[in-house]
Amino acid sequence: METYYHPGDLGKFAEVGRGNKELWEKFQTYYAAVFADGALTEREKALIALGVAHAVQCPYCIDAYSQACLEKGSNIEEMTEAVHVACALRGGASLVHGVQMRNVVEKLSM
Amino acid sequence: MGLSLQSRASPLAKTSEQLRILGQANGIPPFEEKMRTAGLDPLRAIGITVFQINVGKLCNQTCHHCHVDAGPDRKEVMGRETAELCIRALAKTEIPNVDITGGAPELNPNFRWLVEQAVALSRHVMDRCNLSVLLLPGQADLARFLAQNRVEVIASLPYYREAQTDAQRGDGVFAKSISALRKLNEWGYGQPESGLVLNLVHNPVGAFLPPKQQPLEAQFRRELEWRHGVVFNNLYTMTNMPIGRFLEFLWASGNYDGYMQRLVNAFNPVAAAGVMCRYIISVGWDGTLYDCDFNQMLGLPLGFGSLQHVRDFDAVLLDERRIATRNHCYGCTAGPGSSCGGSIA
Repeated sequence: METYYHPGDLGKFAEVGRGNKELWEKFQTYYAAVFADGALTEREKALIALGVAHAVQCPYCIDAYSQACLEKGSNIEEMTEAVHVACALRGGASLVHGVQMRNVVEKLSM
Repeated sequence: MGLSLQSRASPLAKTSEQLRILGQANGIPPFEEKMRTAGLDPLRAIGITVFQINVGKLCNQTCHHCHVDAGPDRKEVMGRETAELCIRALAKTEIPNVDITGGAPELNPNFRWLVEQAVALSRHVMDRCNLSVLLLPGQADLARFLAQNRVEVIASLPYYREAQTDAQRGDGVFAKSISALRKLNEWGYGQPESGLVLNLVHNPVGAFLPPKQQPLEAQFRRELEWRHGVVFNNLYTMTNMPIGRFLEFLWASGNYDGYMQRLVNAFNPVAAAGVMCRYIISVGWDGTLYDCDFNQMLGLPLGFGSLQHVRDFDAVLLDERRIATRNHCYGCTAGPGSSCGGSIA
């Protein structure tokens, strides 16, 4: 069956660097710094990343950060809550634009 | 409760089949090649400080990740004669630590004798405990015995939640583990100033690497004390080795190749330099000598002309022996490394 996404492609991420080595290396350095322990722990950051991965619906990130969350000591309950955070944010982003809808309706209506 | 590989007549009950799978290329470089690149081949011991005795494969649990393939059906149990050979060998050395493991070592009829003899030789004794054994009818006084002999208890608890623990160790094991931990706490284990050391061991509940030890220890400490009133000294994280029932899980779940690749990608030369086989000698239930418990379970005795049986034990000859390795060794060198004392690097 043909498909756009192949799980094995996640392992080839670094090949993108062949198109521009300098930018890839800058991205790598930045990425590692973002996910290092800071004011937030590595575990907290992995859970945030998991939520964002679901919000942007990136299957590579969902794969990578599901594993990363487990390897940082998280569990299915925490990870499910992170997915719900993504869901609540995305749903809320739609819902809050309903205020604009109401503004338009109020302007047009008698 | 599940059954051992042996009782199910699984092909993986044979160590030759496990070694065949581990030896398949599948893009995995031979472990020795990685060690050569790290300047660590041939791998040699650096002086034995831990005399580890595996007193047998009998266990009251049948944990899904068990590299020993231990269970209630196993008959391999160290006899008194071999136990005496162990003490005789130990007495000829200055090896400071005795680490008693299994199966459930406490179920061996010679366990308490071994503890008392090792204590009499002024050695520090460690008991690798599955916790539920403390609640068995015949073991009601085990916690007192361990406390009175000041044995360090190293207890398996993969997670601070029931779902994960039971998934790995069997239904009801988490509740039993908490009861057992409370019992140990009552005898002073894990309490400040008591000197009675209670360490917990985390193994990941699946095909992934363990987290960093310190942050996970903080999580365990917070959750176990808050939810269950349980205290402990330290948490050790251990990587699941691709051996025994964990190998079965990896193979059956389609995780074998991905897990082995994960271990290889995470190879850490610093961890490799500190692997436990460099300072441990492992004695099997029948007295055969091994570089570590993992080699023991794969049936890989000491190689390169080393002494084979505890009756011939000579620490001088074994202190700098060359160590037998295979691809399962990637489990001990991944990330921060893994040993019987937790992460290495």
